[in-house]
Formats: sequence, C-alpha cells, structure tokens
Amino acid sequence: MSPATAPAIPSASHGAPAAQPIELLRQWLPFEWIVAIRFLREGRVQSTFIIGGVAIGVAVIVFMSALMTGVQANMIRRTLTGQAHIQLSQPKETTRPLREGVPGLREGAIVQAPFQRLKGIDQWQGIVQQVRTVPGVVAVSPTVTGSAVVVRGDATRVVLLTGMDPELHYDILPLPEKIVRGTARATGTDILIGTDLASDLGVDVGDKLRVTGAGGVTTTLTIAGIFDLGNKGANARSTFMALRTAQALMNLPGGVTNIDVTVDDLYAAETIAQRIAGTASVQAESWIGTNAQLFSAVSAQSMSNNSIRFFVGLSVAFGIASVLVVSVVQKSREIGILRAMGITRGQVMRIFLLQGGLLGFGGALVGSVIGSVALTVWQKTMRSADGTPMFELMFSGALFGWTLALATMTGLLAAFAPARRAARLDPVEAING
Amino acid sequence: MADAPSSAPTSAGRPVVQLANVRKSYAVGLPNETEVLHGIDLDLVRGDFCAVMGPSGSGKSTLLNIIGLLDQPTSGTVAISGVPTAGLDDSALTRLRGHNIGFVFQYHHLLTAFTALENVMMPMLGDAGFPTAEMATRASALLDSVGLTRWRDQPVGQLSGGQEQRVAVARALAMRPALLLADEPTGNLDTKSADVVFALLREVNVAEGTTVLFVTHNPLMAERCDRTIDVIDGLVVARGRSAPPA
Repeated sequence: MSPATAPAIPSASHGAPAAQPIELLRQWLPFEWIVAIRFLREGRVQSTFIIGGVAIGVAVIVFMSALMTGVQANMIRRTLTGQAHIQLSQPKETTRPLREGVPGLREGAIVQAPFQRLKGIDQWQGIVQQVRTVPGVVAVSPTVTGSAVVVRGDATRVVLLTGMDPELHYDILPLPEKIVRGTARATGTDILIGTDLASDLGVDVGDKLRVTGAGGVTTTLTIAGIFDLGNKGANARSTFMALRTAQALMNLPGGVTNIDVTVDDLYAAETIAQRIAGTASVQAESWIGTNAQLFSAVSAQSMSNNSIRFFVGLSVAFGIASVLVVSVVQKSREIGILRAMGITRGQVMRIFLLQGGLLGFGGALVGSVIGSVALTVWQKTMRSADGTPMFELMFSGALFGWTLALATMTGLLAAFAPARRAARLDPVEAING
Repeated sequence: MADAPSSAPTSAGRPVVQLANVRKSYAVGLPNETEVLHGIDLDLVRGDFCAVMGPSGSGKSTLLNIIGLLDQPTSGTVAISGVPTAGLDDSALTRLRGHNIGFVFQYHHLLTAFTALENVMMPMLGDAGFPTAEMATRASALLDSVGLTRWRDQPVGQLSGGQEQRVAVARALAMRPALLLADEPTGNLDTKSADVVFALLREVNVAEGTTVLFVTHNPLMAERCDRTIDVIDGLVVARGRSAPPA
C-alpha cells in the first residue's frame, strides 16, 4: 500500500469480503468468557502452576473426604448391624417418695431404685401408627426382646431373643441378606441364629433347639437359618423368631417390649427420637444416645476433616488470588485500552471473576481425577490380613459435584478483590502504565 | 502524498466536540494542587481534521483524555456528539465513549492474546456481548483497508510496529466513531509507516466524515491537517488553518 493512496475505508459491512471462520467465532461464548479464557491461555505457565496447586489441594480434599466417610460409614455400619436407629420402650419404673415436696419436711429415707420388670408398651399399636407419621421415619417394627436360654444337649447358652414380624422387621434389619445358610423364614416354630452360636452349639439348619424364655416358658424351635451380622458378639448372642413365639416365651401375650424405628438420616436420629418421646408416652433412645462415645469420635473426625478442608480451601483461595493480583498488574494496559474502547467496569470485573472461577474449576477437575486415582490405588493396595478391602471407599458423585462447585466458588471469591481492583483502574493511568 | 481536503458530505457543521471553559486540576484541595488546563474552549464539527501541537507537559494529553471521556474536567462543560457529559455516570460515559470515540495511541496497546482480526472485532464484541459473523466481516474489511489482509489471523505480537499501529487504527474505526483521537500515533514509527498511518486517518476523515484530533510533535504532519491548535501551559494559544476547506 502506498502511503499516499490508502485503500478506501469500508463505510458499511455489506460489500466487504466475507470473513472466513475464525477462532473467536467458533467459541460462541460471551465476550467476558472469550477474554478470560484467552488471558488464561496467554499466561499458560502461570495458569498451569496455579491449576496444579488447586488440583493438589482438591485431590487431598477428595481423598481425605472419601477415606473419612468410608471409615465413619464402616464404623457406624458395624455398630448398627443389630441395632435399630431408634428404639422405643416403656418408660422405666421409678420410685417416688410420697411426701416429697412437703414444705418444711426433712427426712433421711433412702429411696431404692425398683427392679425393672419386663413390661410391654401400653397401646403399642396406636404408637406404631403415630410413629409412622413422624417425618424422617422410614420403617417401624414392634418387637419383643429379652433374655432366653438355649439348650442343645449338654451345651447351654444365654441369648438375646428378638421376636418380630419379618415383613416389618426386615425393613429395619435386612436379615435375608445376612443369611449364610438356610432361609430367613420366621414362622411359629422357626428360630434364626448367628454363625458363632451355631458353632458353639454344634448345630446347623434343620436342627432343633430348646429355648426357655425369661417368663419361664419353654419351647422347642427348629433352626431355619444361620446369619452373619459381621460382628462376633452379635453372632454369638442374637436370635430371631416370630413375634408370637417370642410373646409366648416371654409370657407377654399380645404385647411388645420395643418398637424399632429406622430413619432416613442417621444423624437426625436423636432429634427424631426426642420428637417421638415428646408426643408418645414412651422412652425413645437413638443409636447416637446409646453409642455416645462412638458418635463423639465420629464428630471429632468430621470436625478435623472439615478443618483440613477449610485450610486447604483457604490456601487454594490465596493461590488463585495472588495469581490474579499479578495478572491485573500485568494486564493493566490491556484493561485501560478495553475501558477506552467502551468496555464497562462490570465487564472488566466479570473477566477477572471468570478467570478465578475457571482456575478453581479446572484445578478441581484435575484434582478430582488425581484424588480418584489415589483412592483406587489405596483401595487396591491397603488390604486387611485376609486380603479383603479394609472398608468400602465412598466414590460419591455428590462428593465430586460439591468439590467442583466449592472450588469454583472459592475461585470466584478469591478473584473478587483482584477483579474489583481491575474494574476500578483509572483508564488513563492504566494506559500510561 | 496529497492531503484530501476536509469534507463532510452530510451533516456538515454538526458539533462533535464542544468544550467550554474546561479546567483541570490535580491534587485538588491539597497544598500541591496544580491546574494543568486553564479554561479551554474548543469546538470541533463533523469532518474536522485538527492537529494539536505543544511541548511535553503542556496539557495536550490531559485535553485529549477529557475529550475522550477518560478523565473528567475539574470545571467547565464537555459535550460529545451533542451530548453533555456533566452528570453522566461511569456506565453512561463508557457507552458514549464506546459508540462515539475511537482511540489511537502512540503505542498500539493491542491485546496480545488475540489475532489482528480479533483485536479489531473487540470493541464490537464488547458492545454486543457475543461474536457474530457481521463483526468478523466488518473487521476483515477494515484490515483490508489498512493493507493487512494477509496478516488478519496472525497474533498481533508477530506484526511489525507499523502493522500493529495500522491494526490499532482499524480497531479504533470498528464502531464507526464520530470522533477519532490520535495521541501521537506516528511517534514511534518510521517515516514511511507514519505516512501510511496519517493517510489512513485522512482517508477515514474524508470517507466517513469522522472528526480527527491528531496530537503530534511533527510540524510537517500538522501542516497537512486542516486546523492546528497549539496548547502551551494549559492554554490554547494559537489556532491556525493549514489548508483551506473545500
């Protein structure tokens, strides 16, 4: 082009040669996305390092969370193998001095706690109906529980007898899944026993056991199935039979001693138990109350896990923020010229917020993959003495989803201060550097 | 190169820049408060091609920043394309600037993450929000007009200084601005490239009726403009007409 003869400036878009497809058009993204992605790509070394940093942080969070969740789930599963989430029973009998509360009266009487008799729950059918309507309750099963003695030849064992309606109780304790021999059938003459009890007594499916209940009633039952609850103590003590059979053995015709309840949220069991106790005249104990030490250990684990997550998240946020602060300084001239050509403060702010979000999301994506690989390797290498996995690791989609969302949110929040700084840059100062 | 005379085929005489008693001070209210513009009156109409001359530190760039709505006067009034800017918030000023004013600086200030074509598309993209084929067509035509057809898909970092400045001119024209502010656009260029850029600005002025305000230290360049304004110590001290209007 000759200096004296500059080509004509196009006065309108029509008539100009058609543009070939270009990368910008192929992106079909909003302006802010295009600029944010290009800025990140331009500083690819910087972006790679910070994505690596975020990825390591996220991998640690994913790995630890899955591990901790697995450990906790394993502990709780073992604890709740033979235990309902909530157990309702008749309130304990208490001794109350008749003259208690008389003004001015002082007495030195010793009040002795009464012996707790085996008692049925008053109006249990009504309570069962009532508990079924409590929000969060998913299954309710009336049971008779008590001690019994089983005799086989010379061998005698004291066991915990549970009489139940299989249709209701198997929603609470999936006994059919735990049967190793025989069936989970529980008709009037059937009894289900644990593997250790079967071994101690030298019996198998089809053999007969003589059972004497706490009420003094004795009957002979046939072993219909042998189960493994995954807990040696439970396998040695627990027995299950039909509700009517247990009622007869415990001398409690038509009555039940407990109502077992399963809830949808394990950790809400205590709250629901208190709600039930407040509306029905029963004593309600949740697994949390009866396993306070375990629950406290689980809570402490969760708290330490959350603390680690928080501090890892914080370091990720600082990493992203520091990179973006540097980026704002590096790009100040570009920001100035963008502002000069009519780009608003809001658009500039969104460009840098998006960079933070993209760094967080990209890092989280890579970190999730690294975490998953680490978990798989851990699961394959760390085995119990018998070669089985130590416990099941929790590869939950929700964990990855939440991690991605939180990392992206962390990136956005971390980018806020640098983005605001970029948006507030005086275009004149920015252009002049 | 023969300068084309200023022409404004339509809307001739329509005011594009109106400055009345514009003053600009820095460090207002502080002991070191300094007034750099001392009451400037300036009117530019559609089709004007005006050179601004003056020594360094005389206030040329400040004047250009105020006209370009990048800076606010301490007192006085500014109107661009007939729109008074007093009382407009930052968003409104940004919109007014984006739709009415194009900038060409001494340094090109192109976005190095983008190609030449994408840089030219950028003002249109920022305004519309999404890329369209029309933007690419317009940007492509502008690059053709500045003689950079072959380089349109090149990253701007791979272009020469003269080419980069031509891309900057094309970018400044993308929104068909009524006013083009050129702050020493040829200052960093060799004579040949400087002539090309000047010819481009003149072509825009003639073809589109775009008002051009051209800051330069080069008296030969200033002579080729229709008008010359001398800014000395924050005052417009001389006005001259370099070439008779058509």
